[in-house]
Amino acid sequence: MEKVSTRPQTAPAAAPLRDRLAKLRDSDLWYSFRAHPSAIFAVVLLAFVAITAFLAPLITPQNPYDLAALELWNSEIPPIWDAEGQWPYLLGTDTQGRDILSAILYGSRISLIIGFASVLLALSVGLALGLVAGYFGGWIDNVIMRVGDVLLSMPFILIAILITAIASASLPTALKDVLAAPILIFAIAVPSWVQYARTVRASAMVEARKEYVQAARLIRVRAWRIMLHHILPNCMTPIMVAATLNFGLAILSEATLSFLGVGMPPDQPSLGTLIRIGNQYLFSGLWWIVVFPSIQLCLIVLSVNMIGDWLRDALNPKLR
Amino acid sequence: MIAFLIKRAANAAFVMLAVALLAFVIFRFFGDPVEMMVNEQATQADRIELRERLGLNDGLITQYTRFVTNAVQGDFGISYRNQQDVMVLIKERFPATFELVLVATVLSLLIGIPLGVATAVYRNSRLANALQLGSIVGVSLPSFVVGILLILGFSVTLGWLPGFGRGETVDIGWWSTGFLTPSGRAALILPSISLSTFQVTLVMRLVRAEMLETLRADYIKFARARGVPTARVQWRHALRNCLMPVITLTGMQIGNLIAFALVTETVFQWPGMGMLFIQAVTFVDIPVMAAYLMIVSFIFVALNTIVDITYAWVDPRLRDDTARAGGANG
Repeated sequence: MEKVSTRPQTAPAAAPLRDRLAKLRDSDLWYSFRAHPSAIFAVVLLAFVAITAFLAPLITPQNPYDLAALELWNSEIPPIWDAEGQWPYLLGTDTQGRDILSAILYGSRISLIIGFASVLLALSVGLALGLVAGYFGGWIDNVIMRVGDVLLSMPFILIAILITAIASASLPTALKDVLAAPILIFAIAVPSWVQYARTVRASAMVEARKEYVQAARLIRVRAWRIMLHHILPNCMTPIMVAATLNFGLAILSEATLSFLGVGMPPDQPSLGTLIRIGNQYLFSGLWWIVVFPSIQLCLIVLSVNMIGDWLRDALNPKLR
Repeated sequence: MIAFLIKRAANAAFVMLAVALLAFVIFRFFGDPVEMMVNEQATQADRIELRERLGLNDGLITQYTRFVTNAVQGDFGISYRNQQDVMVLIKERFPATFELVLVATVLSLLIGIPLGVATAVYRNSRLANALQLGSIVGVSLPSFVVGILLILGFSVTLGWLPGFGRGETVDIGWWSTGFLTPSGRAALILPSISLSTFQVTLVMRLVRAEMLETLRADYIKFARARGVPTARVQWRHALRNCLMPVITLTGMQIGNLIAFALVTETVFQWPGMGMLFIQAVTFVDIPVMAAYLMIVSFIFVALNTIVDITYAWVDPRLRDDTARAGGANG
């Protein structure tokens, strides 16, 4: 069932940064964070992955997209600790001489960006539609929630595959690769906005009947202002937890789509694409091509899920 | 109850009609069906004739109605790629997917329930904490990565189990089963483990949460006070009362498992419906895509509706609530 939070609105956002930091240091959330080593571990891990991914052009020995930098005689080198390993290819190279570590860092960057953007898109669409549905009710509510029902009656991954498949079938080849990332972002956001919309709608329905909203209406505060400044802050807690967990799910979905061959193309590979490429050499003993991108993907999703899990417990008033 | 039944069935029918509309739009507007079906030598007259025969000149509503009527009768048209009846193709592949999903479901219950009880009973012990951490790891492992690592470990390195295909199968009527041959059973092991990883953690977490709640109940304390052995209280009295939500979850997840089987099937080259779908996606074989979408959604919606109705039947309070909120909440 949707959770309805009726806690009072948080303080206005205008306070100086120093005060806000002090407030954060005194908060229950920060206390809970320090008491959970697994949460600290996850945040540090995710931060490390994100920083290395975004600094990839500066720290990698090779630009894996630059075909001129690839040398075929450097291909199929095993990781550095193997007797045949070679500096600077720490994790070895693939069949085209591409450095695996460089490819992983560039791939992580793509995976993180797509995951983040799709959560952002789903979040903004879901919050907007949920607020409108819950606040106004009536036929508009009915239409929005019915569309949501239909989307939820199909498996998540199936919707995403269908959207990417149709998009790539109807686009000209030249555009297909350029638009691969936006298509993926859209395809993952479409089945995931419903969850946010349902949560917000339940809150909005409760809040819209309360006296302070009636009072605000009476003094002619505009509807969008009531929704954004009064109703929305009241349901941010469950939304933040859902968004964090969905970030992990979005990265997983992107990887799955790319692995199935309907995601990122091989010339701008995400982690899923790298695993797809590596999977072809599974039976030929070149295990490092597939194993290292898989480990990186698991670490990213694991750290996001650990943060989400901790956040859910920390923000749950029942467990305090 | 009858009002509720009708309401719930109408809801399910509405959702299926909407899914059918989606499938119809995909079929009708992405790529011209006539161009997809004719070969290169076809004359203009052939094309016009085929267009007429397919009824593509009728009004859109007539076409949609016909699409739905045909789909209800199991007629999803002809595959563009291999010119076969789509329903025949799906019927051939269905047993493989069904057996895989069945074994994965059984595995998830056999592993998930004991683990869930253990983490609840030995709460805060080292074992329980390790399992709890393990369950987060289980949720975070993409199923294709699990599959690849299993193949790498047990097929490539150790050579114990087959890493692709279904092994030998035995035909019983139109159903081909892999249960009856040793190679068929061996081939099922790795794919079903990889498909069930996520489900195991889901069952385990649910059982743990339910058990923690149940163990606090008065009748559990009373059973203990009466002198019933602790293990018996935990595994019989408490567990039994946790099983209903587990059965619900399992029922509702079967649709998801069928959908997710397409990933597992791709990794293990498993000749099921999912492989058929992925191949259809690669070759833009739209009738197969549309049929797969509708069949999987149908299973999904049917299971959800059955679960809802069973619940309302068991617990009359839900009937009233759902009926009242039905207009807004569905």
